[in-house]
Amino acid sequence: MTAEMQKSSGIGKDVAVYVCLLILAAVQFVIAYQHISASQMFVRMLAVAIVEAGLALLFFMHLWENPGLKWFVLIFTVAVILGMQYGWTDAFRLSNGVPWAK
Amino acid sequence: MSQADLSIHGQVSRSAATEVMTAPAFSVPAKKMAMWLFIIADSATFAGCLVAYGFVRNATPDWPRPFHSITNVALMTFILLTSSLTMLIAVQSAQKGDKSGAFRWTMITAVFGIVFAVLHIREWLGMIGEGATLFQNPWGTPLFGAGFFSITGLHLLHVTGGVVALIAVGLKYQGGRYNADDLEITGLYWHFVDLVWMFVVPLVYLLNLAH
Repeated sequence: MTAEMQKSSGIGKDVAVYVCLLILAAVQFVIAYQHISASQMFVRMLAVAIVEAGLALLFFMHLWENPGLKWFVLIFTVAVILGMQYGWTDAFRLSNGVPWAK
Repeated sequence: MSQADLSIHGQVSRSAATEVMTAPAFSVPAKKMAMWLFIIADSATFAGCLVAYGFVRNATPDWPRPFHSITNVALMTFILLTSSLTMLIAVQSAQKGDKSGAFRWTMITAVFGIVFAVLHIREWLGMIGEGATLFQNPWGTPLFGAGFFSITGLHLLHVTGGVVALIAVGLKYQGGRYNADDLEITGLYWHFVDLVWMFVVPLVYLLNLAH
């Protein structure tokens, strides 16, 4: 984003994103007090956190204005994070016994 | 074609090649790209810690839920989110040429960071007072202390580093050695610290609330 574009867009959009982030953070706190299972709570909170992170990346960190960089960051980060999920099957095996053993 | 023409063409072609080789990737200046690469690498570090924590938490039946109040963590979240907004105001002020405004908002951001760190340390001291350390706690598996202090400690380290960077870059910007781009790059780091907290709060605090 050039300095001229930055000047014209002003702080209004950033304040709107900030308010959205505060609301989403509050939603996470509300979810924490719902009477649901830990796994449901985890999924809902993680979904809200991903939306929050997306807003921060796109607008606070200005990835929205640079599509090439946006895809570069997204592909590398998501690939690494997805690669780390490999160990979950073992975590479930430890907590629940060997699944699908029969 | 004369020798002189060849020489001129050769020079033009070399210049074009040099231009292609030195053109910034994604039209992003090199130092900003370096910060993005650091952020990608650091997000992998935090993701590794959080995934390992999730693995251990999921595989441990007697995982403790020691947090009785959300007041402190809610206040910390509010402060960190607000500090991101003040950082944006600082960068916009710098881009508009408002030097004193940019410096003032950068220092306000640093103060928010200090307040966040103080609240965090106060919370740590409270937990340590209740008997929680890296290797033991009165509530259940010792892995809880290891996970909690490691992840929040790594984040606190980032906040502390960010505060130092904000003050250093702010002062050098004020002194005329750094420009608005340098403030923006420091801001990228600060927003990243905020972004990580959005995952630490639900996974480390809210999922461990006592009901």
